[in-house]
Amino acid sequence: MGFARRLASVWRFYIDGFRNMTWGRPLWFLIILKLVILFAVLRVFFFEPVLAGKSDEQKSDHVGTQLVDRAEGQAGMNFKEIW
Amino acid sequence: MVDTALIGWSRAQFALTACYHWLFVPLTLGLSVIMAVMETLYVVRKDEFWKRTARFWQKIFGINFAVGIATGIILEFEFGTNWSNYSWFVGDIFGAPLAIEGIFAFFMEATFVAVMFFGWDKVSRKFHLAATWLTGIGASISALWILVANGWMQHPVGMEFNPDTVRHEMSDFWAVVTNPVAVSKFFHSVLSGWMTGAVVVIGISCWYLLKKRDTEFARASIRVAAIVGIIGTFAVMFSGDSSAVHVAKYQPMKLAAAEGLEDGGQRAPFSIVPGIEIPGMLSLLATHDPDGYVPGINDLLEGYTAPDGTEVLSADDKMERGALALAAFKAYRENKDTDPEAAAEARKVLEENAGYFGYGYIEDKEDLVPAVGMVYWPFRIMVGLGCLLLLLMAAVLWAEYKGKIEKIRWLHIAAIVSIPLVYIAGQCGWIVAEVGRQPWAIQDLLPVNAAVSSLGAGAVMTTFFIFVAVFTLFLAIELRILVKAIRKGPEKQI
Repeated sequence: MGFARRLASVWRFYIDGFRNMTWGRPLWFLIILKLVILFAVLRVFFFEPVLAGKSDEQKSDHVGTQLVDRAEGQAGMNFKEIW
Repeated sequence: MVDTALIGWSRAQFALTACYHWLFVPLTLGLSVIMAVMETLYVVRKDEFWKRTARFWQKIFGINFAVGIATGIILEFEFGTNWSNYSWFVGDIFGAPLAIEGIFAFFMEATFVAVMFFGWDKVSRKFHLAATWLTGIGASISALWILVANGWMQHPVGMEFNPDTVRHEMSDFWAVVTNPVAVSKFFHSVLSGWMTGAVVVIGISCWYLLKKRDTEFARASIRVAAIVGIIGTFAVMFSGDSSAVHVAKYQPMKLAAAEGLEDGGQRAPFSIVPGIEIPGMLSLLATHDPDGYVPGINDLLEGYTAPDGTEVLSADDKMERGALALAAFKAYRENKDTDPEAAAEARKVLEENAGYFGYGYIEDKEDLVPAVGMVYWPFRIMVGLGCLLLLLMAAVLWAEYKGKIEKIRWLHIAAIVSIPLVYIAGQCGWIVAEVGRQPWAIQDLLPVNAAVSSLGAGAVMTTFFIFVAVFTLFLAIELRILVKAIRKGPEKQI
């Protein structure tokens, strides 16, 4: 069997499987609904990565500054005294 | 200064998502083995009865799988948004296992789950059986990579910190994969999934017995599930034992908190409940020697000398070294482009103290002690329920082999009631593992107050409640579909 035929039979396998689904239909609806909520709502409106849009250098700089500032701010640490 | 409410809501949101995710994963892991064993019986015995049995549990597996799918993705969203410092700081150590998991999960699941559900009567029996087993193996391999990432957070190995990129870089992939904490965590978690699957199958089957319907199917399901469950439970005990040894070695504060052990020593007692102790038992569990030394919370805070002469630093000393590491990190960043000599000196000091980096963020050494009650009690609930469920599975199996299972009504009710209990046990296990390692996001290297992103606490609180609403809705839908499928029961004829 040629590659194209094999591919076509795999394609038909999936198409037939989806077409002949019975109890699987509501589950697929549920999966699609969930993915829409996850990627089109939560990801877009609520979960924008803080470091998105920054170059690697900017990310390093941002996190490095945060790590130093947090220590100085939180622990009341005086780096000048320590170093 | 980071708002403590922000840390609290960010942790609560992550915990909620992880707990929700863990409602689906163990059943996927356990049912995949049980239904594969049933299908193997079908292929070996060529008996259509086992085909119907396997197909019913595959349907339950499918419902659980569909609702659970992608719940883990939300955790990855939270890493990028709520824990961006952490996500960048861990570097490729965390990214590599999660990427492998994503690719593996996608290909294994898309291929073999499809063959399993669509392939009945379309592919050969043996090929279908292979697809069913590979679905289960794929799920376990998926879990492996997640637990490798988690194990690294509990016991970071195989990496070096690069102050230029502010990231950890993997220096030894094999060390990360064979991290002893990850290995024991993998077996403990996956095999606890076998228990979950077994208890769910036994509980549902006992419901059929209680209703006096599909009794042959229910009894056959109980036989397979109880055997898988009992094997799983004993394996969970062995892997739990190895986990205890690793926790004692790498996260002694977690062990001390889980035992409420304030002052340690040799022949340390194991607390069954407050006031009832078994002398020497904790030493035996933690070191495999009844005379072994187990440090308590106060020893770990004040520092101690182990019986072999090893000096363990006090919390104050570690905090001092952590502050030095952070000061060196700052000095390195300030001097690396202008004063190479000063930068080299700073880098040397940073490397010498890198293992204590996270202690630089600790203001009060008491912050190094996790909430003892939140670790102590879940551990006892987990172990207690595990023992109870083992007894239940043994009783059910015994009753089945004696031919009495259909008549013992209280056993049916006990098995049905056990379904929520096995989930409580699993959730308690994760509470012990994750609350017990507080304040650390990465053990000794990064506490949660440095790992969290600078966001408004209100925004995180809002998404927390959105999640509660969305998760509750999906869980209700799943339970509704599950109950409908269970009421319908197995196919009468294929």
